[in-house]
Amino acid sequence: MADLRELYQEVILEHSKTPRNYRALPAANHKAEGYNPLCGDHFTVYLNLEGDTIRDVSFEGSGCAISKASASMMTQALKGKSRAEAEKIFERFHNLVTGHAESNGTEALGKLAAFSGVSEFPVRVKCATLAWHTLQAALKDQQEPVSTE
Amino acid sequence: MTSATNVVAGNFPPVAGLRSTFDVEKVRREFPILHQKVNGKPLVYLDNAATAQKPESVLRALDKYYREYNSNIHRGVHYLSERATQAYEQARAAAQRFINAGDPSEVIFVRGTTEAINLVSQTWGRKHLGAGDEIIISAIEHHSGIVPWQILCEEKGAKLRVIPINDQGELLLEEYEKLLGPKTKFVSVVHVSNALGTINPVRQIIEMAHRRGVPVLLDGAQAAPHLKVDVRALDCDFYAFSSHKLYGPTGVGVLYGKASLLDAMPPYQGGGDMISSVTFEKTVYNKLPYKFEAGTPNIAGGIGLGATIQYLNQFDWEQVEQHERDVLAYATECISAVPGVRLIGTAREKTAVLSFVIDGIHPHDVGTILDQEGIAIRTGHHCAQPVMERFGIPGTARASFGLYNTRADVDALVAGLHKVLEVFQ
Repeated sequence: MADLRELYQEVILEHSKTPRNYRALPAANHKAEGYNPLCGDHFTVYLNLEGDTIRDVSFEGSGCAISKASASMMTQALKGKSRAEAEKIFERFHNLVTGHAESNGTEALGKLAAFSGVSEFPVRVKCATLAWHTLQAALKDQQEPVSTE
Repeated sequence: MTSATNVVAGNFPPVAGLRSTFDVEKVRREFPILHQKVNGKPLVYLDNAATAQKPESVLRALDKYYREYNSNIHRGVHYLSERATQAYEQARAAAQRFINAGDPSEVIFVRGTTEAINLVSQTWGRKHLGAGDEIIISAIEHHSGIVPWQILCEEKGAKLRVIPINDQGELLLEEYEKLLGPKTKFVSVVHVSNALGTINPVRQIIEMAHRRGVPVLLDGAQAAPHLKVDVRALDCDFYAFSSHKLYGPTGVGVLYGKASLLDAMPPYQGGGDMISSVTFEKTVYNKLPYKFEAGTPNIAGGIGLGATIQYLNQFDWEQVEQHERDVLAYATECISAVPGVRLIGTAREKTAVLSFVIDGIHPHDVGTILDQEGIAIRTGHHCAQPVMERFGIPGTARASFGLYNTRADVDALVAGLHKVLEVFQ
């Protein structure tokens, strides 16, 4: 089960069971919905953006272990970051889960590096990136729900 | 883990005498795709409700057509065309006998069940439906049994009414009775639910509609591979099924319709083959079934469907049903015993489908882990989102069985589910 353990690393399972920042954000000034129609994964991402800085970020919804853990760890990684930094982290994360990571980029991801196993499971990439696409939509104040299909 | 599986298996003795009459091992040998490894494990194919695998004889029929007599049908005077036409029409006759239709002209070849339903909604429906009229469907339709009627309703200002279900996934006939009224113009229901496996009481549904002169379409996509279908005994007005779920090729299926209804319907698509004469002033449509078959059809597919029906004809259908019932009963018993599992769809009359959820584990994760064990199941909403909504879940894991599945496949699934639990502890 080496491959499976690569995908379902302890930290991912732990976050999927007890997701952080799993709540609505009353002070949110940006939010967006993300939907994966094939799996039924559905998240709302809330953002409190102060100037260019992400003061707070949270999420709600339901999804598989990968999508939920990714959303949870994303909120931890992005709190206090600027828009540009958030975009950069997503780019690195995306490269990681699609198997295009450069070694120095992975290090910068910290705990998010646990998602490296996703690259071996191409159908799960959309699970790992759903919350991130939703976050991007929230940053852009996109009204239409995001879909990963 | 494995021992737990064996204990469950041991508690459920095989049905006496079954193996001597239906030789599943012989059947398995005829499906070449089953004999491979996936992720290093022997393939356990439990996604038959999505599409079934094809026996050697069907593969040979497709190959033979393209190698030996590929040509267009109903047109050529040459040898190859005559041979292809004959094979295609023989397939139609085989399909007619397979569902016990009265005449081959009542068997229209379409792309599949979805196109069959669209054909009826766009021809019969557009002709007969008006503002305020009602179409009755059920709460356990596949999206293909919902959307074509919604499109029609929107166009005509008509209304869709839905027969509700109970917590087991069975239609509430007393509610259906209440829905039937002077505005009801058409009833369209699944014979067997793809998401839950429920076998609907279609005879009663048809009888109740006919008492009010309302025609009924049955979506038989999930029924034709598992139950003996007799359209005349059912007295349904339309019956639709797909070849690819019936161990045949993709891209072809059948719409059966009573000749009296088909005759009175406008054509579906215009083009070649569906006409008997064309001038710029007037076109005279061809007779049945060609009126509904515009353009060069899926010739190889039709011939392949004929071959799959011929393949299935060797079996005593009761034995197939008995074998599949045995595997389903065994699976129901074993899967229910896996900790945290809840079955979705527990109708008394069921076939070939086992939908379930596991506490705290998303179906998608279940599917990925099983795939690592070489086990193919479907996860998600199964193109039946309203069913998932009814049960308050985003989706299920669904194991669906075919005539080549065995108790050993179920054992592998159970072992796989224990792996799932192990990963998620």
